[in-house]
Amino acid sequence: MAPAINRALRHVPAWPIYGLGAAWLAWLFWQGLTGALGPEPINALERRYGEVALWLLIAGLAVTPLRVWSGVSLLKFRRALGLTAFGFVVAHLLVWAVLDLQSLSRIGGEIVKRPYITLGFAAFLLLVPLAVTSNNASIRRLGALGWRKLHRLTYAAVLLGAVHYVWLVKGWPVEPFVYLALVLALLALRLIPARRPQGRPGPGIVAKG
Amino acid sequence: MAHRWTNTLTRADATPKAAWLNRRQIMAGMGGAAALLAAGQGRAQALVPNTLEQISSYNNYYEFGVGKDDPARNAGGLVTQPWSIRVDGLVDRPGDYALADLLEGLTVEERIYRFRCVEAWSMVVPWNGVELADVLAKVGVQSGARYVAFETVVQPEVMPGVRQRVIPFPYVEGLRLDEAMHPLTLLATGIYGQPMPNQNGAPIRLVVPWKYGFKSIKSIVRITLTDSQPPASWNIINGREYGFYSNVNPEVSHPRWSQASERQIGGGLFSPRIDTPMFNGYEAEVAGLYAGMDLRANY
Repeated sequence: MAPAINRALRHVPAWPIYGLGAAWLAWLFWQGLTGALGPEPINALERRYGEVALWLLIAGLAVTPLRVWSGVSLLKFRRALGLTAFGFVVAHLLVWAVLDLQSLSRIGGEIVKRPYITLGFAAFLLLVPLAVTSNNASIRRLGALGWRKLHRLTYAAVLLGAVHYVWLVKGWPVEPFVYLALVLALLALRLIPARRPQGRPGPGIVAKG
Repeated sequence: MAHRWTNTLTRADATPKAAWLNRRQIMAGMGGAAALLAAGQGRAQALVPNTLEQISSYNNYYEFGVGKDDPARNAGGLVTQPWSIRVDGLVDRPGDYALADLLEGLTVEERIYRFRCVEAWSMVVPWNGVELADVLAKVGVQSGARYVAFETVVQPEVMPGVRQRVIPFPYVEGLRLDEAMHPLTLLATGIYGQPMPNQNGAPIRLVVPWKYGFKSIKSIVRITLTDSQPPASWNIINGREYGFYSNVNPEVSHPRWSQASERQIGGGLFSPRIDTPMFNGYEAEVAGLYAGMDLRANY
């Protein structure tokens, strides 16, 4: 089953993920502009961008366990997932800074004073070097091993992102806790020694394209 | 004893029904630059009452779900007729009062109040209601009473949030007796002259405009006069973040976010952030209630 899926996926390009991501981002902004996100579009847009970023980061985090445990490889899509997630993180940050807080002193104050914002901002900072090195030239320059080491920062960034969401909510809504549980589960799976089918390469192979 | 307090906002500030649609279109079409220019002009600019659609589509009513649009979507099934309120504790005439009996003879006034949520958003709402003091006078407050406790209805079959136990229910709230007797404190039964929408706390809710919105408990089924401070839901859930008083105070931050500024609902994607006034703008009326109290300790 898995080889058949992998063969079929060979013909599916990764680039449409960027286009769909950009269109989705723009569509959400348009909805905010026209009132489709309700009477408080700033908060709604901020939340939506943050949530989509978290979904995409979680999807990226699921690629390796999926391959290890089922043999289905979505590796060629992981860079597009990660970079699109970063796009949503940047949009999330911009909505917060420009539309929500509207002043540099408030922005600085919030990052320093509010732990959940400190965490979210830290997650963003961790993602910056990853986004910058998500290209083939960087992989060559850093070497596959160095590149993989650097990109382990994803684990910390996604975990911080999920905690950032849980920390900001009031009461016990379901979604943020589901996301945190998913992230923890996907990270925990990496701690289990992989039971890999014969002849398949290890989980660390670098994406090409 | 109605009309003890006069609106600083007048009837003319309330948006006429015919203008609702127009306003929405203007808002939607308003450019970002224009909106940001208006930001500098402060509160006078922000004191336009919200439309009924805004007031009834952006709510916190956790019994119907934690999303802001959940109450409008889910509250349709709330059974509000018949409605009775149990009045008990330190009162002369305790009992189960039919809503109409409790309100009979009292004057329903329009009060245009600022409404400030603890989440740092705000609205301006033209409520219709009676002063809580008049209702309390009717049931006869005994001399030992020092606090008033309130309880929200629980109808699990129509309340998804109750079934999911997103917070402990029933939702309860409380006021000190002098806060409850203050002429600003309202039992509201409508908005814009219409019956209270279910998602806003039909058929009758508390409105305490100088406190964060969660103090203004919805869909009240019980009022109890007590001699000791009653429990309040958010205070039970997280006492470090939500005090019993919960007066609007720009100088005391919520542990996780600033309360110094707010955004009025309805301004669109480029809505300006405005400074939050002490006691939500009702300092002249209510500061005396807290004379000598440390508002940082009694948050």
